[in-house]
Amino acid sequence: MLTLLGIVVVIIGFVLRFNPLMVVVIAGIVTGLAGALPIDKILIIFGEAFVKNRYLSLFILTLPVIGLLERNGLKEQAQKLIGSVKIATTGRVLILYLFIREAAAALALTALGGHAQMVRPLIAPMAEGAAENKYGKLSAKTHEEIKSFSASVDNVGVFFGEDIFVAFGGVLLMKGFFEQNGLIIEPLAIALWGIPTAILAFLIHSVRLILLDRKLDAEYNVSLKDVEECEKS
Amino acid sequence: MAIIAFFALKDKSNSKRILTASFWGLFAVSFIFGDIIPPLYMGVLVIVMAIIAGAGGVRLGMYDEVSQDHRLTQAKKLGSRLFLPALLIPIVTIIGTLGLKDISIAGLALLDKSNITLVSLGVACIVALLTALFLTKDTAIRSLKESRRLIDAIGWAAVLPQLLATLGALFAAAGVGQVVAELVGSAIPVDNRFMVVLAYVLGMALFTMVMGNAFAAFPVMTAGVGLPLIIQLHGGNPGVVAAIGMFSGYCGTLMTPMAANYNIVPAALLDLADKNAVIKTQIPTALLLLFCNVFLMYFLAF
Repeated sequence: MLTLLGIVVVIIGFVLRFNPLMVVVIAGIVTGLAGALPIDKILIIFGEAFVKNRYLSLFILTLPVIGLLERNGLKEQAQKLIGSVKIATTGRVLILYLFIREAAAALALTALGGHAQMVRPLIAPMAEGAAENKYGKLSAKTHEEIKSFSASVDNVGVFFGEDIFVAFGGVLLMKGFFEQNGLIIEPLAIALWGIPTAILAFLIHSVRLILLDRKLDAEYNVSLKDVEECEKS
Repeated sequence: MAIIAFFALKDKSNSKRILTASFWGLFAVSFIFGDIIPPLYMGVLVIVMAIIAGAGGVRLGMYDEVSQDHRLTQAKKLGSRLFLPALLIPIVTIIGTLGLKDISIAGLALLDKSNITLVSLGVACIVALLTALFLTKDTAIRSLKESRRLIDAIGWAAVLPQLLATLGALFAAAGVGQVVAELVGSAIPVDNRFMVVLAYVLGMALFTMVMGNAFAAFPVMTAGVGLPLIIQLHGGNPGVVAAIGMFSGYCGTLMTPMAANYNIVPAALLDLADKNAVIKTQIPTALLLLFCNVFLMYFLAF
């Protein structure tokens, strides 16, 4: 039971908004001590796992390119491009990206997308641009909302797409786990049974994006009317 | 690849504050010499980084940003050609991943198979950077300064995913998983098919939220609940249990700050004021989907 102390540390730390890096390190040390690991062993695990997971920080490699392009008006061009498509709305842009991202991931093309390479420079500006075309200037709150949705689309798309591909690491991990426990199952079976959830994920998130469009419609039409009424009176 | 990271980080050490510089400097060291330094000292280095960040030592520097006007003129001049380098990153990565897989020179694999996607990403970034430099006629120094602006905006959150991975490793070493699985297993009426499915699906989501990673939760929860109760006791289809179980874990991933690379880093990348905004947006989708998963597994597995 004591080993669960680390989880308590994490929850308290996040709730009280201490610096997450500190919280994680302290939770790690607490967990290690509660699990009766010697200090040097804890430090070794810290070091080994940190080095082994360097690939998680590889998105930094894309920053020189994105930064340079942003300086030269990449976001502005993305917004202009979307402005020339009259039927584009925030929801529709994001649904299209959700579809492409999920379908590509299901074909093992998980590299097609990502927060640093796609969402920040292209997808979020397009989603914002579509809304600006339709409603004019947006409030800071709306910008936040559209950006959060843009990020969520990337996550939902890649998560529920990648498990459909038979040779994906996650599928092989499941197959390996069952094999160790004496059950042989085909990777194809796991991939196929994932499809219903994958389709539902797409539908649920798409409906929420359509609702986002409606909500923006309501919000900004109301404020337009307000302006008109103010002018009348 | 490490060379680019090194240059990007070296540039950062030029920034005003000594603490900020040492934070990024240590990070650069971990990137380049991670394989040489003994893990014990790496562990100390990681903790020093956390203390610097915890003391508020990682701050923004000064940047000469260009005006909106400048960006608009450049956008007009370069037009849609601007998209080319951005699109080159995914395209070259995919070509690399698919095309270089089986190439070998004199019997030796050209690229390490396990790292092929990562190496391709590195190559793609170099190709895209060269194209971008050619298009914009900016200098390489300029691009490093721009990446410093971006990485400083992300701040310490950039390191969080890696650090959380270490916490996962410690959880595993201390046996946290077994304890959670036993708790869940002891709390449910095992004879009730529906309750067992419910416990497994919710357990996967909750445990993933704690670990920040569904892959870490899957073996533990499936060994504790999925395999003995759903598959062996009630005769559920293992393919269904595995597929929907893992997806239930992913629903958990959508709802936790522990999955920092998906939820916290993007919030920083997009300059969101609320670092939890992405998670809040995802919670309704994740909960609805989790609800559907319970019934999908119940009806498909038996």
